[in-house]
Amino acid sequence: MKLTGAQALIKSLEAQGVEVIFGLPGGAILPVYDPIIDSPIRHILVRHEQGAGHAAEGYAHVTGKPGVMMVTSGPAATNIVTPLADAYMDSVPVVCITGQVGTGSIGTDAFQEADTTGITMSITKHNWLVTDPADIPSVIAQAFHVATTGRPGPVLVDIPKDVSNGLMEWYWPEDPAAGLPGYRPTLKGHPRMIKEAAKLICDASRPVIYAGGGIIRSGASGLLRSLAELTGAPVTTTLMARGAFPDSHPLALGMPGMHGNYAAVTAMQKADLLITLGARFDDRVTGRVDAFAPLAKVVHVDVDPAELGKVRRADVPIVGDCSLVLEELVEAVRAEWQRRGENSRVDLSPWMAEIRSWQQRYPLRYEPTEEGSPLKPQFVVERLRELNGPETIVVSGVGQHQMWASQYWRFENPNTWVNSGGLGTMGFAVPAAIGAKVGRPGATVWAIDGDGCFQMTAQELVTATAERIPIKVAILNNAYLGMVRQWQEMFYDQRYSEVYLSPDLPDYVMWAEAMGCVGIRVESPDQVDVAIQKANSIDDRPVVVEFRTDAREMVYPMVPAGASNDDIVVGPTQGEGGH
Amino acid sequence: MADQQRRHILSVLVENRSGVLARVAGLFSRRGYNIFSLAVAPTDDERFSRITVVVDVESAPLEQIVKQLHKLVNVLKITELDPSDAVERELLMASVTASATTRGQVTELVAIFGGTVVDVGPEHLTVCLADEPRRLDDFEELIRPFGIVELQRSGQLALAKLETRAPRLRRVSDRSA
Ligand SMILES: Cc1ncc(C[n+]2csc(CCOP(=O)(O)OP(=O)(O)O)c2C)c(N)n1
Ligand SMILES: [Mg+2]
Repeated sequence: MKLTGAQALIKSLEAQGVEVIFGLPGGAILPVYDPIIDSPIRHILVRHEQGAGHAAEGYAHVTGKPGVMMVTSGPAATNIVTPLADAYMDSVPVVCITGQVGTGSIGTDAFQEADTTGITMSITKHNWLVTDPADIPSVIAQAFHVATTGRPGPVLVDIPKDVSNGLMEWYWPEDPAAGLPGYRPTLKGHPRMIKEAAKLICDASRPVIYAGGGIIRSGASGLLRSLAELTGAPVTTTLMARGAFPDSHPLALGMPGMHGNYAAVTAMQKADLLITLGARFDDRVTGRVDAFAPLAKVVHVDVDPAELGKVRRADVPIVGDCSLVLEELVEAVRAEWQRRGENSRVDLSPWMAEIRSWQQRYPLRYEPTEEGSPLKPQFVVERLRELNGPETIVVSGVGQHQMWASQYWRFENPNTWVNSGGLGTMGFAVPAAIGAKVGRPGATVWAIDGDGCFQMTAQELVTATAERIPIKVAILNNAYLGMVRQWQEMFYDQRYSEVYLSPDLPDYVMWAEAMGCVGIRVESPDQVDVAIQKANSIDDRPVVVEFRTDAREMVYPMVPAGASNDDIVVGPTQGEGGH
Repeated sequence: MADQQRRHILSVLVENRSGVLARVAGLFSRRGYNIFSLAVAPTDDERFSRITVVVDVESAPLEQIVKQLHKLVNVLKITELDPSDAVERELLMASVTASATTRGQVTELVAIFGGTVVDVGPEHLTVCLADEPRRLDDFEELIRPFGIVELQRSGQLALAKLETRAPRLRRVSDRSA
């Protein structure tokens, strides 16, 4: 069967099981947009290519399946650089198809030519420039294989216009890995290392499980729970791992790191063993590295060998997929206890008692709203949480609101928290929420966004309305680039430089309505529940609820950048134990 | 020349495709590693190329470089060659001022080092020498006073010594392991 390269591309995406493409057409990708008309694949037309990228990420975050974005050459390809970098940092499996000028024009500064593979080389797991239409099926199969196996990540396939117009004989490759002699991720942990890890776990009297986003990517939440319950070790879940372990579980410590809670941060500092699972000792978790968890031995499980020893030396490094390794590790711990005799189990109750005392002394807290003063953002997140079930998908932007969302939401399920952790991309929330809702249409999707972030990508609400994707957006409108304001307040003598936005410019309600959404403004605590309930009752269009929140509110606890985690500041009026 | 202790020779087997060198070189600069020299050409099996890269490792540990390199999809195998377990060669070509009076001295020097004269002009000679990098340094030093018009070195190549190949050659990491 003779097909054009463009037809082969769409047929390859179909063969790959793609349900939806987020994209926007243009000259170089024109041939590919023609066969889309006849394809069962849904195409969602975004208003800016960055939106396509984040939507594909949101889709991948909640489904675990690769998200697909498709855009034209030049400016469209450069517009999608941010989502690719974002997906690379957070190991999100996405496939990006870009159009390119004809092969004969490459290198001539042709109209809308950009060196897309060159530009995206360091922010993709791999990319391809296709030069022969016959290569399209095998390259697409390879692209999906690379994006979704090992440590997941973004890949890009750049297709020149003459290649999509050219003819080829259709085929579908049997083994995508056949053309990738240098790509063979190690998935199964080394049995000897797993045994060593089990020994350290059985020796430990102050263990902490440090769970990262790898648990979510590998679908290992259930096994994480088995390990925790078997060993009795408490669990911290990083920003990327919120939902990997239920916050309601007695062993859950919540989030560690710069804005983590006191007990989670301090338990890691005092631990004698960190059981690190799919986490990467990010600077936002460790604080000053040489002062991080100084007493702890480290077991480190990661599917990416380069993460082992990159920041912190591991006593027992294990290369492998979290699910496969945890399955073995749980067995190995059982076997180790059996070998040692049942009475050999280390009593963890003194350790847990110490942790409980930290939890009691330093819970997350904020001062409730006083009569007549603005809403507390934390209160808004709490009410959103209480009026929505734990199945709700929460998406956030980047800034203070993101931290409050991660702190005050109670996550019970994996793949229900969608955020930009590694790159910290403002503008992530609205398009990512769209992608999440498309991936899980049955779930309620709430974006908790900042006023600054919202202004970066709000136009995608037009996409949401047009495509009938009824997401809900809560803007925590503090009229500031709040997180930057917080740093200026704390570290620059309250000299506020270029952080003021305005509470009513733009008018968020009018803007929402102009985009076909329902817009609601909330200014006082008594309006909060009514507004949330109203938003929850609307299912035929997107809803934007603007909460006017207190600009003076700051995110606590906080470990100042570059400081040791021992120097955690618990609140503005620091209590006993804070420094 | 960089401190010998800090220099490591990596022999990197890659797919012979366009753009692979850019990926390798780009990785070094992006991760803040220094390349001291680089030589690349197809192997006897032309599906593959071998990149011999001498890295100047001060800040970044070698292990991290190797692991990051391995993540490149087109990289098949990486071998670290310990200079004491490897035979190393580099090629040097130089056009040198050689007037009637100095020409004899230049050719004598080239002969002592085992090099050859590859081009002759009225006032200049182009000479060529393949040897260990240190010997090339010495030669360069001695030839300099005559007046170097142009000089080019190839970057270093290395292969494991035959008698040590099996037991002592350290394979830094290998996907199939
Ligand atoms: C694209 C981008 N530009 C700049 C920043 C730096 N930055 C981090 S948080 C922040 C403020 C975000 O403001 P807003 O969305 O209102 O959230 P708030 O902190 O007020 O909750 C800025 C500017 C960023 N993370 N991303
Ligand atoms: Mg704000």
